[in-house]
Amino acid sequence: MTGGLEGPPPSERPTPEGRRNELGIRVDPAVEAAQTPRRTVISALVEHEPGVLSDVSGLFSRRQFNIESLTVGPTESDDRARITLVVEEPDPGIEQIKKQLRKLIPVIAVRELEPNAMRRELALVKVNSTRPDQVAAVADMYGGKTVDASPETATVEITGARQKIDAAIEAFSQFGIREISRTGTTALARGTDDTATADAQPADQPARNTVPADDD
Amino acid sequence: MSERASPVPPTKTESTTEQSADTTLEEDESHEIRETPEHKPITTGAQGVVRALENAGAEYAFGVQGGAIMPVYDALYDADIQHVTMAHEQGASHAADAYGIVAGEPGVCLATSGPGATNLVTGIADADMDSDPMIALTGQVPTEMVGNDAFQETDTTGVTKPITKANTFASDPNTVGDDVSEAFALANTGRPGPTLVDLPKDVTLGNTSSAREPAEPTTPDTYDIQEYADDEIVQQAARRIETSSRPTMLLGGGVIKGDATAEARAFAIEHEIPVVTTMPGLGAFPEDHELAMEMAGMHGTGYANMAITHCDTLIAVGTRFDDRLTGGVETFAPDAEVIHVDIDPAEISKNVHAEYPLVGDAATVLEQLTDAVHTSPKATKWRAQCQQWKSAYSMAYKTPDDEPLKPEFVVEALDEATSDRAIVTTGVGQHQMWACQYWTYTEPRTWISSHGLGTMGYGLPAAIGARLAADDDQEIVAFEGDGSFLMTIQELAVAVRENLDITVVVLNNEYIGMVRQWQDAFFDGRHSASEYNWCPEFDTLAEAFGAKGFRIDDYDEVADTVEAALDYDGPSVIDAHIDPQANVYPMVPSGGDNGQFALTEDQL
Repeated sequence: MTGGLEGPPPSERPTPEGRRNELGIRVDPAVEAAQTPRRTVISALVEHEPGVLSDVSGLFSRRQFNIESLTVGPTESDDRARITLVVEEPDPGIEQIKKQLRKLIPVIAVRELEPNAMRRELALVKVNSTRPDQVAAVADMYGGKTVDASPETATVEITGARQKIDAAIEAFSQFGIREISRTGTTALARGTDDTATADAQPADQPARNTVPADDD
Repeated sequence: MSERASPVPPTKTESTTEQSADTTLEEDESHEIRETPEHKPITTGAQGVVRALENAGAEYAFGVQGGAIMPVYDALYDADIQHVTMAHEQGASHAADAYGIVAGEPGVCLATSGPGATNLVTGIADADMDSDPMIALTGQVPTEMVGNDAFQETDTTGVTKPITKANTFASDPNTVGDDVSEAFALANTGRPGPTLVDLPKDVTLGNTSSAREPAEPTTPDTYDIQEYADDEIVQQAARRIETSSRPTMLLGGGVIKGDATAEARAFAIEHEIPVVTTMPGLGAFPEDHELAMEMAGMHGTGYANMAITHCDTLIAVGTRFDDRLTGGVETFAPDAEVIHVDIDPAEISKNVHAEYPLVGDAATVLEQLTDAVHTSPKATKWRAQCQQWKSAYSMAYKTPDDEPLKPEFVVEALDEATSDRAIVTTGVGQHQMWACQYWTYTEPRTWISSHGLGTMGYGLPAAIGARLAADDDQEIVAFEGDGSFLMTIQELAVAVRENLDITVVVLNNEYIGMVRQWQDAFFDGRHSASEYNWCPEFDTLAEAFGAKGFRIDDYDEVADTVEAALDYDGPSVIDAHIDPQANVYPMVPSGGDNGQFALTEDQL
């Protein structure tokens, strides 16, 4: 073959000492330690128009972001919807998710919520109703209520944080679970803290190391 | 927003204020009606579409007719927009893309629904990868038939969602012009990119309820652009530059798109900082300057890759750190603290972590840096080292008498025979890399290629778009490979019909050459589907199209043939039969270490 060039071969060239990790960060133990994935909630205020949900879900699949749940619903304003995402990524991945979301034209504001944000999910659990009293007792224990009963089935509605619902489902499994439907997490920031508002993009605060109030 | 980012050419906007005194027509109070012989009141959605293009300053449109887009073409019939009918919609999208790069204003392409729209897809994806300003208008079946698998129906907004900056499905004849205005503005505001408006036939045919002019091209309220970088980080970056001993600038395509070449050049020259460019950044810095290290990356120069590998401070402007530039990120500029200037926050620390993230307009941030840096880095030794690398890893090639014509020689001959402002377009493959390496780029917007997507066949349709955007004294040279050229060769018909003065140079090795080179290096020389047994004679084929055909086999034919082809007033094609075994070096294998670039195959 032809087309080669003159010059010192690779083995005779100086090489730098440094290295980067696979995330393009110069290897530095202090920085590298923080690169484990973490679960967090991202809230996006969007224009309430067709196609926004597909924009967001398409973005996540295309860029291979790890997403645990995605919910969408109307807000206090008719022309706005809120999308709540639970994602699990290392810090640079979470930063990318927020930036990529902000690039979508119909997205108005994006914010990562504090670990103490209010998070709720709803589940409908349909079980065999051979022991209706016990079903009602378990539902009561988790603050749920029976929303449908038939000679063969009972369906219970449970609301709460993910862990609570997981625990309730575990408890209901003794009756024989026929079907489950869960909504995924929806969330709001606590108190006067804004979740994601149209007025101003709240400054992105890194998640504080407080105990997640996920189990209330 | 900087002025340069404004999508509204001032000359056109002024005319919208010259409304008629006729106040009897019902109209939106914020928009006046122009009732001049050229500008009749708008009565249909299609007229709104075309008026929006006119008001935004569009001079050319590239496209192909078809059923669902016919109303728009009917409105174009009376418009101040010159339409170029292309042979294939892919050609229309590439022509519009190249037009946008050269003009700095969105190129416009049109196609009908279904296959027309899907044929545009490659060019839209290409523009998206390279952040080129472009607007695509596609016909669509009537709204009431959407979703019923109607004739020539495709979910165009669905198909193009991941490859457009924004797209819209038009829903109302009264607002479709506004949709087009907004798409035009979005295409060229902030980080440029392709936008698309899907136009159902009932919307374009439908009557408007008023003669209201389309809204001025403005971006939606939810779209924010940051022009100035955070001053605190600018100051920190400035201190880093001042104390750097091995500074290097890396100029990407964003420097050219952001019209920041003057600022970048001034900064580099003032502080005597060696400059590397990315492939889209070719032309951002004059390659004949002492500080120019030229292009880095997979087929970048050895000295550019040495500079980037060993620098301690990398001032990267308008680049997205593509893998063809970085090689493996583990070994990319591993000693460097990175100052990253980009208008798109999502590019910061996406692939390479930036210690100094500077989000903003390239020219503005470079001015901020210029003001903030008070003393030049003390880098005499570093500059001497860079110069030593320039000679040690010279791009000089051999031209032995017993071997066939070398492609590098042909590229250099064209460069010598043309002006500094000549525009080069290319397809994708070995010829593209030789055009990068052996042409000396000195001006922005003179290098037009398919960088991120790597679309073979880009060169000829791009030359057509570039020709119409360029000044008359700028020569247009399209380098193509034999494989690449065959993918869009039908566009020669357009170049001949429109009598466009372009020179196509086919670096013909009768191989899909880059694939052949990789097969030799990584697949034991098994030439699966890369080797032809037969190749058309491109010079006679050109003549059949009505273009002027030339053929080169030997060195002594090059100069005269090049001169004759450039002199020909119209499209010409030089079929240059080059050494079929010629390979592109230096080369960094995929994911490799830039500093370990191979100069010969046995170093891979």
